[in-house]
Amino acid sequence: MNIAARENIDKAVKLLIRSTGMIVIIILAGIFFMLLYNAIAFFLKVSPIDFITGTQWNPSGRQASYGIVPLLVSTTLVTLGAMVIAIPLGIGTAAFISEYAGKRLKNILKPAIEMLAAVPSVAIGFLGIVIVGPFLARLIGQPNGLNALNGAILLSVMALPTIITVTEDALRGVPHSYKEASYGIGANKWQTLTKVTIPAAAPGILAAIMLGIGRTIGETMTVLMATGNAQAFPHGFFRSVRTITATIAIETGEVPYQTTHYFALFAIATVLFIMTLVVNLIGEYFVNRFRKYHSA
Amino acid sequence: MTDEFIKLSAQSVNLWFGSKQVLKNINIDFPQNQVTALIGPSGCGKSTLLRSFNRMHDLLPDVKIEGKLMLDQQDLYEKNISVTQLRRRVGMVFQKANPFPKSIYENINYGLKINDIPKGDRDQIIEKALKESYIWDEVKDELQKPATRLSGGQQQRLCIARTVALRPEVILMDEPCSALDPLSTLKIEELITKLKKDYTIIIVTHNMQQAQRVADKTVFMYLGEVIEMGDTQEIFNNPTNELTGNYVKGRFG
Repeated sequence: MNIAARENIDKAVKLLIRSTGMIVIIILAGIFFMLLYNAIAFFLKVSPIDFITGTQWNPSGRQASYGIVPLLVSTTLVTLGAMVIAIPLGIGTAAFISEYAGKRLKNILKPAIEMLAAVPSVAIGFLGIVIVGPFLARLIGQPNGLNALNGAILLSVMALPTIITVTEDALRGVPHSYKEASYGIGANKWQTLTKVTIPAAAPGILAAIMLGIGRTIGETMTVLMATGNAQAFPHGFFRSVRTITATIAIETGEVPYQTTHYFALFAIATVLFIMTLVVNLIGEYFVNRFRKYHSA
Repeated sequence: MTDEFIKLSAQSVNLWFGSKQVLKNINIDFPQNQVTALIGPSGCGKSTLLRSFNRMHDLLPDVKIEGKLMLDQQDLYEKNISVTQLRRRVGMVFQKANPFPKSIYENINYGLKINDIPKGDRDQIIEKALKESYIWDEVKDELQKPATRLSGGQQQRLCIARTVALRPEVILMDEPCSALDPLSTLKIEELITKLKKDYTIIIVTHNMQQAQRVADKTVFMYLGEVIEMGDTQEIFNNPTNELTGNYVKGRFG
């Protein structure tokens, strides 16, 4: 092959790769602007203050109300609950795998955890209805267990594989010399893990947590099935809740095109988008703060 | 020679990594308050020997050790010995400076914390350790700065300060200057010479001049065996073994 032909191929490949990169950006921008456009259409009809402060979400009532607070509280409750369960469990499991587990146990645990990630969300939702729900119902003496806690438990299971895998990578990435230094001055395994290895892996662990939160906030099918979806304002973990994602999933199918209700769903989707954005920005901030202690 | 107190010794030590024998029948005495240099070509087992004195091999699977490693006439590998306690008595400075990704202050404070030294005493100990390691003047105004921002030589002196702060009895140094420039090397060598009045020091080095500058005793190792040991001047000027002579004169290695 002559040189001119080779250079042409090089140029063509460069163009191809660049355009695939551009497509991702264009799709992202497209989604964002579509959300924003429709959200603005909504805010022309309903005041943003009513939307943000409204404590009732009832688009099909005689007097339609579009308050996002109950949905926001629902999503926050479920996500928070899931993280309270998944973060300690996830970091603990990752630490066990990377520092304590023997070779054979590790070879069983790692694929098992990866398999957990492959369980479809609808199957986990099903487990929530037939196992976790009834168990919770009996525990707290309610007719059914379809509530925020149920959703949180299920979502924590779904976030676990992400948190464990990314945290374990981060822990394994800590230079062996840090551990040696710690053992060298008389630290035991636990001290080394908690005072040296985990802090050194902190950026990676925070990234793991953020990925876990991202997975949890956006999850739809499981919460749709397991949290009861009551429209009432949520009062705690033992009540039925209706997250932003579930609300969009339930109502999009029935809403008439280009009505206030239709635009309202885009408005709450925009809020969801902003929430995940903020989660990512916070994660990025902490990643940078911890990174300054690592050599450049 | 007879009035020397033997701080540390290896008696008929054999060590295997898996099926590969790395140390063969090692017998060495390390006198107190002296600097002993371990020299020899790469792969001769000197670092391995050094690390067996604070049981760093415990961290690796498939390591088998035979024979006795004694600190003050006590076997380091006895069942009832606390490894963490041992490592506090036998400190280690590694080949590549390995400060924790924490502040300068925290780098030393960490060791004090895990060894239950009362909070009130720590500031003073940290200052003293940094002064003893000749880095205090360079860092005293920025103790909260990340240690990783220091230069390589400063990092290594910080690592020495971290070890010294715990008042160990023995300091093991594994090629502490191999990644440093001549000026930083000189500073560390001065430091080693000063430290020996309080500590027993064993240093692994590839630098023949360094061994002659800092070491009272020198041990030459080759292929996992001790070939020759004695006073540094003797080893370098009148070696009895031909291998030793060739090595210290730079004919192989």
